[in-house]
Amino acid sequence: MADEHNAEGSTPPPAPGGASEPVKPPAAAPKAAAPKPAAAAHAAPKPPAPMAATPWEGELPSQIKERFPDEVTACSSYLGQNFVVAKPDAVIPLLEFLKLEADFDYLVDITAVDYPNRAERFDLVYILYSFPRNERVRVKTAIADGTELPTAVHVHTGANWLEREVFDMFGIQFAGHPDMRRILLPEEWQGFPLRKEMSIIQQDDRWVRENLGIESGH
Amino acid sequence: MPETTFLDSTELVLNMGPQHPSTHGVLRVILKLDGEKVIGTECVIGYLHRGVEKIGENRTYQQFAPYVDRMDYVASVSNGLGYCLAVEKLLNIEAPPRAQVTRVILTELNRIASHLLWLGTHALDIGAITPVFYCFREREEVLKIFENYCGARLTTHAFRIGGLQYELYDGFEEQVKAFCDMFLPKVDEYEELLTNNRIWVARLKGVGILSGDECKEFGVTGPVLRAAGVKWDLRKAQPYSGYEQYDFEIPTGENGDTYDRYTVRMEEMRQSVRIIRQAVAKIPEGPIGKTPKVIKPPTGEAYVSIEAPKGELGYFIVSDNSTQPYRVRVRPPSFVNLQALDRMVRGGLIADVVAIVGTLDIVLGEVDR
Repeated sequence: MADEHNAEGSTPPPAPGGASEPVKPPAAAPKAAAPKPAAAAHAAPKPPAPMAATPWEGELPSQIKERFPDEVTACSSYLGQNFVVAKPDAVIPLLEFLKLEADFDYLVDITAVDYPNRAERFDLVYILYSFPRNERVRVKTAIADGTELPTAVHVHTGANWLEREVFDMFGIQFAGHPDMRRILLPEEWQGFPLRKEMSIIQQDDRWVRENLGIESGH
Repeated sequence: MPETTFLDSTELVLNMGPQHPSTHGVLRVILKLDGEKVIGTECVIGYLHRGVEKIGENRTYQQFAPYVDRMDYVASVSNGLGYCLAVEKLLNIEAPPRAQVTRVILTELNRIASHLLWLGTHALDIGAITPVFYCFREREEVLKIFENYCGARLTTHAFRIGGLQYELYDGFEEQVKAFCDMFLPKVDEYEELLTNNRIWVARLKGVGILSGDECKEFGVTGPVLRAAGVKWDLRKAQPYSGYEQYDFEIPTGENGDTYDRYTVRMEEMRQSVRIIRQAVAKIPEGPIGKTPKVIKPPTGEAYVSIEAPKGELGYFIVSDNSTQPYRVRVRPPSFVNLQALDRMVRGGLIADVVAIVGTLDIVLGEVDR
């Protein structure tokens, strides 16, 4: 099974040599041997390899690094998509800088990713787009559970609902947000469903009992 | 909300929805009124929340694909295309040319179907009953093509990661061509009914204005942005699936009002026909792609977005080199566009709220996910 994973899953363009079972064993052997020297990019050992990001070079990243020498820890690129990793305090100044001086005038999305085993368990991701440049960039930062992040509403009005959704799903508070309430789930709901410790069928049983009049929804 | 409300007080709080025919689903809008004038709104959403993003983390990449159709269920093909492109980006693969052209044809047909549903229901909200029957009549033809192709009419799951599941059926090209020939005169027919209709114009012109700068401020995309005069369409700005090969225009408006959004969408349907005709004429021979049995993208993340009928539909997927996505984020155009509702209805009349909810073309399945 594990061999099959490697043979089919990690080779990027699986040559559509369709015939499935009988052909595989002979095909897998040379495949496993051939990529070995050059396979550093996706060698997929037991602990999953970190993202194979490359440094993002150019005018904009050097401007960013010049402006935020200590706060920005990396300007990287993965699959041709650029992102900036910054410290939490620098996110809002960085968004302002990108909007006012680099024309990133459209906040596409704000979202979070939960890594429960990390000290700073949440990654916050701001996806930006620039109409004049026709370019995208992501701003990422990591915060610990319970840490507040300043709101981006004053930079991009559209951040309002997006931050409310992040709060609703992950329980991350945004300081200075005009209306920090849940948006999709009921206001009295307990728990944050997109945190990894929440199982897919887990719900707020008390809320369901009191409001829907049923013992359990699952 | 005040404890008691007197009819002679200056402010009245009125609840519209969630079960109101003109909210197109289960949207609840709390209106603050001064007489008939709207002085503030609050949207209450989430009635259709199913936790699509959580489901994505608990399914394999292939298993999650049918779920995305259930978000914007009137444009399920677009949802599927965005998801497939995002996973393909993570895998660093591309669908073969035959699959890409087929994807374009079906996605553009779906754009027409989505716009037809918008037109019919929007006109119905305004008080014109006839168009909805015409629109559903033509939409039916699109759904028949979907049904012939993959067996499903609405939640199609038409595409697979890496290409297509099904080869085109015999007579596909003829049926699509026949639809194009039949459909273009129908658009003129709708326009004859509405474009210069005095009631239609009076209800739409100058209503719910959203300028280009305001759109950018809120992140509003799609026909709403283009109606405000911003010539921006992801199919042109950052082409995917070979859209750069097709010759088509991006229709724009001037005033960013409800009427301009109407004209923009009408023209978009014609442009879609243009794209479909070019695509059908040159469907290349060759493989349609094969979904890898096991999908394990290398650790990493990618954001891929497409121009869905409602605006920018994006997928942000984080992979931890397992067979299930570590995180799937859907950037829904309806959710983001709905946020601008408050700005659009303020100062208008209560009857305009109905027109503006219609013109935003939201689908609550996508707002709530």
